[in-house]
Amino acid sequence: MKKQTASQKSYQDLVDVHDEKRPVLLNCIKAFVVGGIICAIGQAVTVFFILFFPFTEQTAGNPTVAVMVFIAMLLTGFGVYDRLGQFAGAGSAVPVTGFGNSVISAAIEHRSEGYVLGVGGNMFKLAGSVIVFGVVAAFFLAIIKTLLIQWGVLG
Amino acid sequence: MTQGMTWTFTNKPAILSTGVIGGPFEKKSPFADLFDGCEDKLWMNEDSFEKANRHIIERAIDTVIGKMSLQPTAIDALLMGDLINQMTPTSLAARTLAAPYLGLFSACATSMQGLALSAALVDGGFCKTVLTGASSHNAAVEKQFRYPTEYGGQKPPSAQWTVTGSGVAIVGQETPQHPALAFIEKATIGKVIDRGTNDPFNMGAAMAPAATDVIDRHFQDTNQNPSDYDVIVTGDLALIGHRITEDLLNSKGWTFKEGQFLDCGKMMYVESAGVQAGASGPACSAMMIYSHFLNELKRGKIKKMLAVATGALLSPLTSQQSETIPSIAHAVALSGPTQNSPQGKEG
Repeated sequence: MKKQTASQKSYQDLVDVHDEKRPVLLNCIKAFVVGGIICAIGQAVTVFFILFFPFTEQTAGNPTVAVMVFIAMLLTGFGVYDRLGQFAGAGSAVPVTGFGNSVISAAIEHRSEGYVLGVGGNMFKLAGSVIVFGVVAAFFLAIIKTLLIQWGVLG
Repeated sequence: MTQGMTWTFTNKPAILSTGVIGGPFEKKSPFADLFDGCEDKLWMNEDSFEKANRHIIERAIDTVIGKMSLQPTAIDALLMGDLINQMTPTSLAARTLAAPYLGLFSACATSMQGLALSAALVDGGFCKTVLTGASSHNAAVEKQFRYPTEYGGQKPPSAQWTVTGSGVAIVGQETPQHPALAFIEKATIGKVIDRGTNDPFNMGAAMAPAATDVIDRHFQDTNQNPSDYDVIVTGDLALIGHRITEDLLNSKGWTFKEGQFLDCGKMMYVESAGVQAGASGPACSAMMIYSHFLNELKRGKIKKMLAVATGALLSPLTSQQSETIPSIAHAVALSGPTQNSPQGKEG
């Protein structure tokens, strides 16, 4: 960002007097509670798959994610998830349901431009950067881990 | 005639009729009874939100033409705009009406840009009947400027809710069949002002200096002060921007009585509507001024008002490229029909 001039600074000070800041602490508490509830539901789904299907604790993750994203899809389609998001903030954005919501909301939004250029082209408009930086971060972490193992730092 | 940089109209251009249509959310507005109608669905039986935006413009145009029982061919010029890329909803509505068309863009200040220009065209004798207005569609604007409508992102308390709706007015000279709802007295055209704010979720703060500048220049040009107006109403500064503007104007020596300095963005919705700081969008000022405020002028509850529409001239591209938000505001002075033309006087 460019450096502010003195007059810009003085105006920004005036804005700050009148601005309504995000209630950060309250938002954190809401995010904690809602995020926790979403994760508890996810855990219940995992336990369900382990108890009633031939999954183990390691393999139950994939069907659980599928179920959670499916629920997020329904909530997004029925117009509930964006309201939950306004209330919960990071609490509903960080779990995998939030990732699902970002893909599905973009897919719904661009349906009017057709399936190929609309839905296909815009589906990952928001989630695309999550995937890119997720993969890049995983790549570098894997290199660091490999090097540490090679040097004998890690077991 | 001009006073400083303010246009003063001498041939009494007037607002003759209006058409105001809201969306489903606007139905719950405290002023919904004064609108000509509201749509029940955001889709409006169209297959995209952009087409719905076109639909609501067409419906407002049909309403105003129907009220005055005009032929569409009697419209000498159509001066309108909206927020969508290249203003296609308005252009497509203009295709339907097939009147000489000038597309306007001042973002949310388009309503008063259109009214000022229409008054000038009528005053100068170039047009008899001008149709002007502005519109916006919440979901179409969210899609273009922010996130998909169903995306669960959290908006800060300074964010505003874009109004779905369309407000249009017919400007011409008063006749016995078509008495004036209000006369357009003066107009001050805004300059683009940028005080360096760059938060697209706080447009009130970005637009406040532009509103302040145009109001200040209007008073100075015309040797008036706030007491010359019963009401000074801004477009969509909302809670935060309106407070800043009042502060800035106070520091320039202009003070207001209680209830004299208002904002359409604060009035459009009830407080419990969950719209953060208030309403925004070109339709916000167009709908409020062409329904509630004209009604007050017509009934004589207010005699003179200064209508100031405010617009943030940003695009998603400029804001992603860390450009600050340039803003504009246009002011139009309106007066009620009673003081200017005694009843029965030939228009």
